[in-house]
This record gives sequence, structure tokens and C-alpha cells, in this order.
Amino acid sequence: MTTQQQKLPPVDPMDLAGIDDLLTDDEKAVRASVRQLCDKLVDPYVADWFERGEIDDIRGLAREFGSLGLLGMHLEGYGCAGMSATEYGLACLELEASDSGVRSLVSVQGSLAMYAIWRWGSEEQKQQWLPRMATGEAIGCFGLTEPDHGSDPGSMRTRARRDGDDWVLDGRKMWITNGSIADVAVVWANAGEEHGGIRGFVVPTDTPGFSAPLIKHKLSLRASVTSELVLDGVRLPADAVLPEVRGLKGPLSCLNEARFGIVWGALGAARSSLDAARRYAMEREQFGRPIAGFQLTQQKLADMALEYTKGLLLALHLGRRKDAGTLRPEQVSLGKLNNIREALEICRTARTILGANGISLEYPVIRHMNNLESVLTYEGTVEMHTLVVGQALTGVSAFR
Amino acid sequence: MNIVVCVKYVPDAQSERTFNESDNTTDRVGVDGLLSELDEYAVEEALKIVEAGEGEVTVLTVGPDQAADAVKKALQMGADKGVHVNDEAIHGSDSVATSLVLAEAIKKIGDADLVLTGMASTDGTMSVVPAMLAERLGLPQVTFASELTVDGQQVTIRRDGDAASETIVASLPALVSVTDQINEPRYPSFKGIMAAKKKPVETWGLADLGVDASQVGLDAAWTKVESFTKRPPRQQGQIVTDEGDGGTKLAEFLSAQKFI
Ligand SMILES: Cc1cc2nc3c(=O)[nH]c(=O)nc-3n(C[C@H](O)[C@H](O)[C@H](O)COP(=O)(O)OP(=O)(O)OC[C@H]3O[C@@H](n4cnc5c(N)ncnc54)[C@H](O)[C@@H]3O)c2cc1C
Repeated sequence: MTTQQQKLPPVDPMDLAGIDDLLTDDEKAVRASVRQLCDKLVDPYVADWFERGEIDDIRGLAREFGSLGLLGMHLEGYGCAGMSATEYGLACLELEASDSGVRSLVSVQGSLAMYAIWRWGSEEQKQQWLPRMATGEAIGCFGLTEPDHGSDPGSMRTRARRDGDDWVLDGRKMWITNGSIADVAVVWANAGEEHGGIRGFVVPTDTPGFSAPLIKHKLSLRASVTSELVLDGVRLPADAVLPEVRGLKGPLSCLNEARFGIVWGALGAARSSLDAARRYAMEREQFGRPIAGFQLTQQKLADMALEYTKGLLLALHLGRRKDAGTLRPEQVSLGKLNNIREALEICRTARTILGANGISLEYPVIRHMNNLESVLTYEGTVEMHTLVVGQALTGVSAFR
Repeated sequence: MNIVVCVKYVPDAQSERTFNESDNTTDRVGVDGLLSELDEYAVEEALKIVEAGEGEVTVLTVGPDQAADAVKKALQMGADKGVHVNDEAIHGSDSVATSLVLAEAIKKIGDADLVLTGMASTDGTMSVVPAMLAERLGLPQVTFASELTVDGQQVTIRRDGDAASETIVASLPALVSVTDQINEPRYPSFKGIMAAKKKPVETWGLADLGVDASQVGLDAAWTKVESFTKRPPRQQGQIVTDEGDGGTKLAEFLSAQKFI
């Protein structure tokens, strides 16, 4: 061996363990493209969007995401890019390093609305919606949660009844991402035992009786549209139902897809906050020296880097399993539970390092921290995933 | 219109760049490399020309094994095929030798209507390869284009100088180097990334080009890095506190430094 080969590569403070070694060139290329897009189209504006609670030209942004190939990127055919699960994860991480709300737009479109149609829809439904959703020309939303039924969607009150060949939907959905801007809503409703219980419906949002008022006064995920869906005698043709699935398995299978993205995405918010805190600590001086030089600050940074690294390894491992077709839902729960919890802790710790600046939108930290409060709750709360893990460990269900 | 774009693989400017202790050449160990950002403009311009008409874009690089990444990036952006000239003997080559290898490779690729390059590399920043290459190929040398149009048998560029902008016309085939003002390079779409896997890349050695090893490499170089020292850390800036006379103090500082 020559001395040249023995020279150690330099240390990257944002990848202390050198986990990049585990990624393929294509995976890095996907990540780089998403980062470039976010650097150009999201990062310069997102603090302002968050502050105003509104994304300028959200449809234009969706089309840019579409032309990169982000929307439904892990699906095959129908204009989708057909990328791997790991690549999808890396994309979510980069998106969420910019903002969880922006990542939510992409997750809901690809993993919830498009996935539901792709996995459980008829050929006609796929042809009609997927290509336009992949380009970002059509935006989708996914309505499962209701005002009175969140963690327990099986008790939902939204009803689908048959009227001749038609279906008629009545009910309310709550906290629906993309709702007010959607062209199509995948709505889950109880059709009664004789029709298979919970069924999914593909609802064009211009159908009479459908409306989607915006939910205001949010202090989290402000750069994301969140809405109520009002279904007031929404009459749909017979072929609006997703033919291939019956029961809770339908929506839960979609949530499992989206959760996988969150396992990665949460780390993006964490990385951005850790990076902001690290830089700030090196520049900010108190008592005559950079606060990075105080042991308490270093302890915080070291702990943050440690948890980030462990979370990334877990995400990558789950990604490899998903690509191999061996990923179990309990494992996704494990990943979501750990990564969102640790990511939130990293953001909160980063916030303390920034002192008063930590509460300002001039820095990304408080925005990430507030956003993650939503991410902690949606796609299954921390408590729900704890119970899933508990059940996997003990064989005993503690849900009810 | 067949276009050959010459691209260089360079150490990432974001990472700490240094020289090898042993032979004073660029140290590539542990430093991530990439397609020189200034060459992305040339790739983008080639893609735009071909997309608006027809033809093929070939990317050409001369460099070590890792330089394949630069070719790949250009293919992901949309170029049709790649050529990578890789030969141990090339290590340490100067611009004169590099232009020789590039010229022979372009001849071997054949049928180039247009040869595009960036305006400089982001590591060597010498800007001389385009001129040398044009000379070797006997092509009109049209450098520093901030705007480029091709029609029929000629190419027209705008070159922005300090005092004036020149419009320059040359007959095809020609060599054009482009500036970072000419366009905004695209980033590879996912479809581009997938498609690049199937695009052809040829790897040639010096023997394939009929170039003798003695004509290139560190020993043949006309210039050589004798020694290197790290730039001393930047001096601390001077803070002017405004006590009502901030403007005057600023002006005094600027005139003392001969800025005004
Ligand atoms: C910004 C945002 C966007 C969203 N987007 C969507 C969307 O696009 N589509 C969609 O369908 N939904 C969406 N949601 C809804 C989200 O999925 C629900 O909020 C979530 O499932 C929790 O439901 P809930 O809010 O009704 O809380 P609840 O279910 O009422 O829970 C309240 C608390 O009780 C706990 N709890 C409940 N049951 C148990 C139990 N058995 N044991 C222990 N603890 C329990 C919960 O963990 C939680 O801490 C979104 C939410 C937010 C905040």
C-alpha cells in the first residue's frame, strides 16, 4: 500500500460516521437534484411562506416537483419515475431539510393519493389521474381523519350509500393536507357491511356537494395547506370506488408508505437544525469566546450528531428492506417512532443553542421544531406507534 | 448538429483542496470531485441547441477513474453519449498536453459541427485549453460567449467586455467557450438519472488516440508547480463604530486602501 492510499479522508461534520459510503452513485445523484431544486425554489422563500401561512404559486411549485420526477417517484408506470424506496427516502430528507410542509405536499401527493389509486384503483382510474398527478398538473389529497375520529379511523362516521348505480357520500374529514388546492380527493367512507365496510373513493373536487375550507390558526406546518373536507350528498358514478380493496387495510397500506417517507424526512429537519446550531455556536461569542468552546454546547452538539447518525442508519436499513420487499409495518413504526422523536429533540436542543435567535424565523430552527409537532402527530401518533411496537414485543394489543 | 462538449472533473470547491506532497499535483484523495460547474453551462447550451433542432451531444473528459462521474452527470443532464480518456501516463499533464489529448479524441469521435467548453476550470482556472484546442483542430476560436445562436452554417456569439459587447460570427465547425452568464444549467431529473444508466460511454487510452506517452504527463509539462504553501488565514476585519462620523471614517478607510 502506498502512503497516499493510507491517508484518511477528511471528516465531514455533517456526516461524522461517513454513512454516505453506503449510498450508491445514483442515490447521491437523486439527493443532489432534490437539494438543488430546494436550494433554488424553496429555501429562499420558505420562511416567508411559513410566516404568511401561504405558499406563493403552489401549483407552479408542484409542477416543478413533477418535472424533476418527485411526485409518485417510487411508483412504476403511468408517468412515474420508478425510483427505489431508498431514493424516495433521500428525497424526503432533502425536502424536509427545507420544510416539513413542503415535504408533506409531496408525501401526500405521492404516497397517499397517488399510491391509493396506483395500488387499489381500476385501470381507468390510474389512466385518468396518475399521469397528471405525476407531472403536478393535478394535485391530490387523502381524506381519512375526521373531526371525531383520528387515531381510531375504523369508527369513522363518513358514509357511502348506494343509490341505484351511484354512490352518495356524506360526512366530514378533518386536517386534510392539500385539501383546498386538490383536484382529486381520495376519500375513505364506511359503505356498510354489505358493500365491504370501509371503501375508498376517487372524488373530483369539482363534484357538487364537495367543499374544502382551509383550516386557519395553525402554528405548525404553516407552509402547507391543511383543510376540512365537507361531503354533502356528493354523488359519484359506480366506477368512483377503488375496486381492489375493502376495509381499513386500504388506508393503512397508504399510510405505511407515507410513514416510510417520514422516517427519513424527520431527519432532514433535524439535519438542518443541527447544522444551523453548529454554525451558530462557532460564530456566537459569549464570555469572550465562541459558545462552541463550552463543554455544555459540545455535549448538546455531540448528542444531536449521535442521534442523527443512528436515525439515518435506521432509515437506510429500513430503505434497503423496503427495496428488498421485506419491510414489515412494525418496522416502519419503529422507524417513525424513533426518528421523529429524536428529530424533535434535536430541533429543541438546537433552539437552545441559538438563544433568543432560536425563536426567530430568521433561522430555520423554530420553524422545523414547530413543524415536527405535526409530524409527531400525523401518520399515526407517537403513542400509536409505541403501541404497535409494544404489541410486536409482547404479542398483546393495548389499543382498546 | 453534432456537438462535443469537453468537461473536466474537478475537486469540489466546497471541500478543502490541496496538493499532493509527493509531486505537487492536485490531491484527489478523500476530496469529493464533480463536473466543473463552469462546464455545466457548456453542457446545458449543447442540450438546448440539440433540443431545438436535432443531432447528438457527446461529452468528453480527460481524467482519472473518478472523472467518469463528470461524464455521468452530463449524461444524466441529457447528453447522448460519453467518452472518457483515461491513462496513467496523463497524470500531471499541463494544458498543452491536455489540449493535445482532447484534440485527438475529438478527431476520433469525428463529425463534430461544434465543440463547446466552459470558460475555465474551477480548479486550474487558466482558460487556455479552449484556445489551444481550437488551434490544434484548426477551428475558429470563439471564446467567452454569453449568448450563442447557431443557424445554418454559422455560429454567432456575444462576448461581454468591460466597455463593450462584441458580436462575433464564425463558420462551422467551430469551437466556442461559454461563460456562466449564458444559461441556467438544469439539474438531472429522475428520468435523466435512470436513462443515463443505459447510455454508452467509451473509455480510451493514449494508444487508442495514437498519442505517445512521452508527449503528456508531468515530465512533458512545460510548467510545473515547484512548491506550495497554504494561504495565511485572513486578517481580522476592521470594525468602524458609528459615533456620528461613521460615513467619514468609512470614506477614510476606503481612500487609505485606494478603493476611492
Ligand atoms: C398538519 C396536519 C396534517 C394532516 N394531514 C392529514 C391528511 O392529509 N389526511 C388525513 O387523513 N389526516 C391528516 N392529519 C390527521 C392526523 O393523521 C391525525 O391528527 C392523527 O391521526 C391523530 O388523530 P387526532 O388528531 O384525532 O388525535 P386523537 O386520535 O384524538 O388522539 C389524541 C391523543 O390521544 C392519544 N390516543 C388516542 N388513542 C389512544 C390509545 N388507544 N392509547 C393511547 N393513547 C391514545 C393519541 O396518541 C393522542 O396523543 C393531519 C394532521 C395534521 C396536524
